[in-house]
Amino acid sequence: MLNNFPLWPEQASTLAHRVDALYIFLLVITGTMALLVCTLVIFFAARFRHRPGVRAEQIEGSDALEITWSVIPLFIFMAIFVWGAVVYFRERTPPADSTEVYVVAKQWMWKVEHAEGQREINELHVPVGRDVKLIMTSQDVIHSFYIPAFRIKQDVLPGRYTVEWFHATKPGVYHLFCAEYCGTQHSGMVGSIVVMEPAQYEAWVSGNPSGPLSVSGEKTFAELGCSTCHRPDMQGRGPNLQGVYGKSVQLEDGRTVTADENYLRECILDPGSRRVKGYQPIMPTFQGLVTDEQINELVAYIKSLGDNQSGAKTTTRAASQLSGNAQPSGNQVQ
Amino acid sequence: MADSSTIMGLHQEEEHHPELLHHFAEAGQQRDAASLGMWVFLATEVMFFGGMFCAYLVYRHWYFGDFGAASKSIDATLGATNTAVLICSSLTVVLAVWAAQTARRALLIGMLVFTMLFGLAFLGIKSKEYYDKFEEHHVPGASFNFDHVPVPGHPGEYANPRHAEIFFSLYFVMTGLHALHMIIGLGIFTGLLVMAWKGRFTPEYHTPVEIGGLYWHFVDIVWIYLFPLLYLIDRHP
Amino acid sequence: MSMEIAIPQPVERENYLNKEYGALSWLLTTDHKRIALLYLVSITFFFFIGGFFALLIRLELLTPAGDLVQADTYNKLFTMHGMVMVFFFLIPSIPAVLGNFLVPMMIGAKDLAFPRINLLSWYLYIIGGALMLHCMLTGGVDTGWTFYTPFSTNFTNTKIVEAGIAIFIAGFSSILTGLNFVVTIHRMRAPGMTWSRLPLFIWAHYATSIIQLLGTPVIAITIVLVAAERALHLGIFDPKLGGDPLLFQHLFWFYSHPAVYIMILPSMGVVTEIIACFSRKRIFGYSFVAFSSIAIAVFGFLVWAHHMFVAGISVYSALVFSFLSYSVALPSAIKVFNWTATLYKGSIRYDAPMLYAFGFLGLFTIGGLTGLFLAALGIDVHVTDTYFVVAHFHYIMVGGAVMGYLGGMHFWWPKISGRLYPEGWARLAALIVFIGFNLTFFPQFILGYMGMPRRYYDYSHMPEFQVLHVLSTAGSTVLGVGYLLPMVYFLWSMRYGKPASDNPWNAAGLEWKTASPPPTFNFDEEPVVTWEAYNYEELDAPPHKQEVTVG
Repeated sequence: MLNNFPLWPEQASTLAHRVDALYIFLLVITGTMALLVCTLVIFFAARFRHRPGVRAEQIEGSDALEITWSVIPLFIFMAIFVWGAVVYFRERTPPADSTEVYVVAKQWMWKVEHAEGQREINELHVPVGRDVKLIMTSQDVIHSFYIPAFRIKQDVLPGRYTVEWFHATKPGVYHLFCAEYCGTQHSGMVGSIVVMEPAQYEAWVSGNPSGPLSVSGEKTFAELGCSTCHRPDMQGRGPNLQGVYGKSVQLEDGRTVTADENYLRECILDPGSRRVKGYQPIMPTFQGLVTDEQINELVAYIKSLGDNQSGAKTTTRAASQLSGNAQPSGNQVQ
Repeated sequence: MADSSTIMGLHQEEEHHPELLHHFAEAGQQRDAASLGMWVFLATEVMFFGGMFCAYLVYRHWYFGDFGAASKSIDATLGATNTAVLICSSLTVVLAVWAAQTARRALLIGMLVFTMLFGLAFLGIKSKEYYDKFEEHHVPGASFNFDHVPVPGHPGEYANPRHAEIFFSLYFVMTGLHALHMIIGLGIFTGLLVMAWKGRFTPEYHTPVEIGGLYWHFVDIVWIYLFPLLYLIDRHP
Repeated sequence: MSMEIAIPQPVERENYLNKEYGALSWLLTTDHKRIALLYLVSITFFFFIGGFFALLIRLELLTPAGDLVQADTYNKLFTMHGMVMVFFFLIPSIPAVLGNFLVPMMIGAKDLAFPRINLLSWYLYIIGGALMLHCMLTGGVDTGWTFYTPFSTNFTNTKIVEAGIAIFIAGFSSILTGLNFVVTIHRMRAPGMTWSRLPLFIWAHYATSIIQLLGTPVIAITIVLVAAERALHLGIFDPKLGGDPLLFQHLFWFYSHPAVYIMILPSMGVVTEIIACFSRKRIFGYSFVAFSSIAIAVFGFLVWAHHMFVAGISVYSALVFSFLSYSVALPSAIKVFNWTATLYKGSIRYDAPMLYAFGFLGLFTIGGLTGLFLAALGIDVHVTDTYFVVAHFHYIMVGGAVMGYLGGMHFWWPKISGRLYPEGWARLAALIVFIGFNLTFFPQFILGYMGMPRRYYDYSHMPEFQVLHVLSTAGSTVLGVGYLLPMVYFLWSMRYGKPASDNPWNAAGLEWKTASPPPTFNFDEEPVVTWEAYNYEELDAPPHKQEVTVG
């Protein structure tokens, strides 16, 4: 039984080491503090126990002591705060060129869509040594995507995207938990993260039946008629989407926003609320007309459109990846 | 309802004339305690409404234009009339307190009656407003309809009905709870009226009028905030 | 020891207990002491209900598979455990029982400022509690005590509205208690009882009342909005209708974080009194301990979003709230250091209340220090929503608040009942509670860091967690025994306990200067205070030495 009984969670990502380092630092600091308080209490309780004829010595207090034991903990707290914030910033900032995986949560399963097109349920296959960014949304209630071995967790909200990322360092199979209570089968909303050696992973990817997400997105884009207004030149009635991802966009009301995944999503579902400057409010809402998976495809497609030249390149690359299978690519917008 | 009991409780404290209760050392202490109690209670009321104001501010920031459009659909004249009614009622409350301090029983009764009439007028106008909203399908729920309402200042653009629905949700919750406070206030003033009729108030003892008045002023002040936020955010001359 | 030389009163004096008899004399009483006892009975009832749920939860987790109860039942169990314990036991526990009993006496008043409101607040509590019971018996709620939207508004068909109303009503009971305390402490102090002479128990209750007054209305309006959203399909928190579920979390934690201080501050006050008495010393750094209570109440309102570091708030707000969370840790640390320093050069006895206070010190220190882990952003991401959090808040709310509550019950039991509890049994119970508590909750820290998420009824995917769960369940049965014991011997002592003298501990404080049990208006004549708080030096001065010699 005891070999089933580790007291430390596995470390399988770059972040795990950083979190553990801070955790150990805190264990030492707080252990010392706790030991200090407990030793003093026990020592005083024993040393100054009631003895007949010996009276307590009244001490009013001491400002010097009060200041000492306020200021020293304050400095320690600030050190912990800064260290914790540094780790958190790293946790919250996905590297620019991460591999992207879309996650849709629903009661009570995780649906995963890789940019390359693989779909999985309650499993996520990733290669070792690559930055992977999860772009997540929920179809119903709030869930939370938690991988203890990677020390990452992020709530998954309905109606918007949240993001987390990791860089796996050790092949293996790790727990995936839903950490935000989500209803009856909350404890059944578990899965596994399969971290594979790159070669194995390539083999797994090549067993892929469908095309890349961006290609499905391109198809959806055409089917929904988006391409009639959003043209790759400046002639369309809607903004040109080439290279829009990650850029700042000037809005009608004078504000600027960065066109991130959440903004793209919002524009599909609620086009009126943050409209690009210079365009008429003519786009209908797609709320209720597209599924979360379709939105993910559309977002992946829009993101795959680089600026004019490199956009073409991405599409070509996507198309060339497709060459091996039967997916038709004739209905490209360009 | 709980707040009403507090109020009732507060002046029940001093129901028996001569009004000094056993656990107070002297009348001054008792009066101070009652008025401090009311002030503290009003502080909790501020937080109670504060939660809703906070929700309002968040969504007003998010759905700026939609809130403007929705706000514009409410009859500001009715709102302004109601504001005037409440300001008048505050005046009559102040006069009632003064009448109690200076032992003018008839004036006190008159002012209490006027205050209550103003309160009733407020509720009447409010129900007219609710009725209009109901007619226009602006009550959130299945039959809510806010299609094709232009956003002020943005020609050609229509408010998002879902966002307008949030405005009306907040509108009904906020004005509804305010109206509930008004009704409780009317209850308190009925109690005061009965006590005044029986001649229970003297220049030495009129704490119930004072703290009842405090409550009434508070309800008025909440309205003074609600009125611009709900009626006036997008009116341009 | 002093209690053994207490002289039984030959003729029983008239006191608040024997003045009147009959159910009505209790149900219509405006005497704060009788209302305190009404509360004592009712919160004990809810404590054992909540505890029963807790035991079922622990039993279910004994094995990895979900085999004792169904998933739905389990979800209702932890929800009702949380709601009952938080809203119907912990929040009213010390303020409504010990606070109600002692606040007027400690400041030399005949009663609270508004006795009828005090009774009203008990009735509100009972109405809320009855609704909650009805809700439990007819199906219960399965959202967790946190009511997170949109699950609570659109995705569950359990009795959210009824539970919401129950909590709303109980919330008003809490507000009215706070209102009564604030006004009483401001306006009803006896001549000479200046602010700097107030016992620190009073300061702690003053700080608690501020939180009750300013925090509770926010949860009240939040619950109104959730109920309205469920009943009328408003869209305030529903993302499908353009609302924001995070707004709910902000409003909820704006109350529910300070609510933790409603639970722990009074307990700190109790422990301060006990430590001073059993060390025979003035508390070290009186003004620092007093103002740290106020600081906790104020800063407590500024840290709510530290429950939401992974909920989808921005990195910058997370930074601010992490920083502020450390600011609220500081006053707690100052208190711990001051209590420890008070022991220095004291004359320390190990009576049961002091054992509870020692237990409080240890457990609260661990609970507080693990709070530092949770406030550290990088670590919180890993451990939030795991058993680490569960262990942390139980260390504060059970290890801290309940230890203090039990310590206080023992300390003031002679005053409340006029009888002495059996000291040996009481010390044994304190020991059992301490051991049982640590056995139950310490393994949960390790479980949490290893990644065990909370609110799981079935962990058959991760059987490696079973050893720690078994330890925890074993501990919970020990803890259960530890909690039953005091109830048994308190009841026993009401009839068979030795009569207590007016001041069995030879303690400072006005409440000990009147009879045990006190007369209805507390004091036969209005006290005039001419001494500082915790004047143990005068109490123990040689002229009075004949009182106590050997224990």
